[in-house]
Amino acid sequence: MRPGRVAGAALLALLALGPFLPMGGMRQYILHVLIQILIWSFIGGAWSVMGRFGLVSLGHGAFLGLGAYTVTLLWNFYSLTPWIGGVAAAALTVVVALVVAYPCSRFQVVGHYFALVTLAVGEVVRLLIIAERNWTGGSLGLSLKPATGDSLLAMQFADKRVFYYASLVLWLAGLWIWYRVDRSMARAAMEAIGEDETAAASVGIHVTRFKMGITMLSAGLTAVGGVAYAQYISYVNPDTLAGIGVSLRIVFAVVLGGMYSLLGPTVGTALTIALGEYLRVVFGLRFIGMAETIYGLLLILFIIFLPSGIYGSLRDVVARFVRPARLASGVR
Amino acid sequence: MIDPIFLLEAAVNGVLLGGVLALLALGLNLIFGVVDIVWIAYVDLVMVCMYLVYFLVMVYGWPLWLAGALSVALGALLGLGVHLLIITPILGKAPVNQLLATGGLLFFLQSFATFLWTTDHKTVRLALPILEVGGMFLSFTRLIAFAISLVAMLGLWVFLRRTYIGTAIRAVSQDREAMALMGADPQRVYFVTSAVGGAMAGLAGALLIIQYSVHPFFGAAFGPLTFMICVLGGLGNMVGAFVASFVMSEIISIGGVVISTEMGYVIAFVVFIVMMFARPGGILARRG
Amino acid sequence: MLELRRVTAGYGHFTALWDITLRVEAGEAVAVVGPNGSGKTTLMRVISGLVAARTGELVFESDSLAGRRAHEIVSHGIAHVPEGRRIFPLLTVADNLKMGAFQPRARKGFAESLVRVYDLFPVLRERQKQRAGSLSGGEQQMLAIGRALMSRPKLILLDEPSMGLAPVMVLRLFDLIRRVREEGYTILVVEQNVRQVLKLVDRAYLLEVGRISMEGRAAELSEQDFVRKAYVGL
Repeated sequence: MRPGRVAGAALLALLALGPFLPMGGMRQYILHVLIQILIWSFIGGAWSVMGRFGLVSLGHGAFLGLGAYTVTLLWNFYSLTPWIGGVAAAALTVVVALVVAYPCSRFQVVGHYFALVTLAVGEVVRLLIIAERNWTGGSLGLSLKPATGDSLLAMQFADKRVFYYASLVLWLAGLWIWYRVDRSMARAAMEAIGEDETAAASVGIHVTRFKMGITMLSAGLTAVGGVAYAQYISYVNPDTLAGIGVSLRIVFAVVLGGMYSLLGPTVGTALTIALGEYLRVVFGLRFIGMAETIYGLLLILFIIFLPSGIYGSLRDVVARFVRPARLASGVR
Repeated sequence: MIDPIFLLEAAVNGVLLGGVLALLALGLNLIFGVVDIVWIAYVDLVMVCMYLVYFLVMVYGWPLWLAGALSVALGALLGLGVHLLIITPILGKAPVNQLLATGGLLFFLQSFATFLWTTDHKTVRLALPILEVGGMFLSFTRLIAFAISLVAMLGLWVFLRRTYIGTAIRAVSQDREAMALMGADPQRVYFVTSAVGGAMAGLAGALLIIQYSVHPFFGAAFGPLTFMICVLGGLGNMVGAFVASFVMSEIISIGGVVISTEMGYVIAFVVFIVMMFARPGGILARRG
Repeated sequence: MLELRRVTAGYGHFTALWDITLRVEAGEAVAVVGPNGSGKTTLMRVISGLVAARTGELVFESDSLAGRRAHEIVSHGIAHVPEGRRIFPLLTVADNLKMGAFQPRARKGFAESLVRVYDLFPVLRERQKQRAGSLSGGEQQMLAIGRALMSRPKLILLDEPSMGLAPVMVLRLFDLIRRVREEGYTILVVEQNVRQVLKLVDRAYLLEVGRISMEGRAAELSEQDFVRKAYVGL
């Protein structure tokens, strides 16, 4: 076996055994952070499925919110199990994504325009949630109706370890899907589109169909991520699950890690969450806003100084180290 | 059924709101047209300027006009700072990185404002009368804000039409490289543009604080709307943005009276999305 | 007046020009001809500073241009009329000309330059209030040349001035360029229309795949069998 595989297997074993390793009194907290990282990594991966092909969406909060709210409302008002509610949520989100993405692709809404249209979609969902406050609790958010004790049907468990394993499986599934998309024909086609749409069309690639497929997949997965998050936190809020803030956070994490590699979104998410948690612990309740301030500052610095993400920048450093002469003779 | 006079009042208020929105949209669109980067944090700069006016007027007892003038200056400085510190290093990088760098600034400004000034809403109270015109109640404050923004936009128009550097700004937004061949340093043009765009944010801040209360998330409330207006009017297209401001503000104002505030926004955003598809030629005309 | 010595340039890992040595004397008109993709436009962009030369020397009136950016080179007295004209379509004709005189040095003599350009191209005077984008192709080319003249240059770089013009217009345009020459400007022109351009210039260089493969007096060059067959089409 190659060293990469050995390391991968070791990491996986560590993750699988994680909850049973000694962590002192910190077990619940560490598990909580890990679950968050796994779920948000999954969501970041879902974003990068389309982001890496030049479809930069700033509205994934819409898909996240749709997923989370649909499943929560169906459970709270109709006692519909999240297993079915989740499927309904994903289906609804895919339909919404289709309604937005089809005309975008048809009318060549790309680049800045695409980013801003998706941003508008995110805001529409956030404001709709707030406007329908009789159902959704408005900006105060909504708690998941508690089931009696642990319930597989309600997807509610007292033990965090259950959620841990569930999100681990979800995360692995996300990686697998990412890998499949990467390997499939769609990849070459979409990369060609990312470079030049007219060129792609001229070699017989059905641009609209590929864009649709990728967008629907990305939206559906994001909705599933929203469902998972809602089930775990058992509370939904329009500002944390829809709108521009959360949309930007997702994109940040992915770009930070590097959106062109399998583990990029995970690396970026883990770093941003760990950073956020660290700052929160350092500052506690003393300086409200300080943690986020530093977070924002670091994000700007990361984007400026590591423009191709942590993975990409590492690769660049290695390349520079290996072939210094060739790069030194570059143009200004 | 809603009394027609309310609708009329909402329509007039929509026009008044549109004036200030247009100021914001024009500032953002000016920068976009020239530098080709959307400042996601543009309205957060406005928020900072609003705080400045609030503190100068309510805490230090400055006259409003002087505080407003300082707010314009601060806006211009912030615009320059953003360009120098954040935009310059990422010029020519991937568009997603450009969006995110100013997105990071958004997080930074929001949280830093929270840290410094807490999340309390702060208001500048003006003892100005409410006018009653034919059964409608109109705020004198809003009328003044509207008039000042119109004058400012007229000033911008003259600047862009009549001065060398103003014409150069328009020229750069049409063909950056050709303007370098004319002997204009692109960096210098960017500087002037960012400062002017920032000054407009400062002025908008001064005009907004007398109508709305300020809080750290003010940018999140007005930002998306401003982007939408810019896109609706055509990114970089000043006249388009001006018209789009009033379209959007009317929808929000009338929708707010007829249904609810949030639904007014929702309808405006949906109209925006539909317009993106219905009139791609008109709206996207200047893209290629 | 202008001298390039062993200049190499390109984009990224791609090298478009190899070892170019070229010279333009004051008052001369010189052409660079060659097939599509031979690097002619890159050559112009290197001289005007839009593309940096990797190696070699660029000297203009004993000043080195190496490392200078485009907006600095204009002030040395080199005006580049780029390929595809690149006028500002939404500005008026008059504003386009105004932008040509953006440099402080040019701004001083603005009124005088304007009269000169309008006398040379009367159609521009007639259309000064129109948007430049509404002009015909030939008029746009005149505007592009007029805009370059507004910077009061000593050397004018013309990149494919006849591109996209109707044959009748091409002839008129070459007449106009001849008149510009008679005004005392030095001209370096890149052209596809080899037959016409060789009638206009004193000397010419043949550029092939990024290298200069032949040079000589225009009259001699047009007699070369190779050039006649490949480019002049006789």
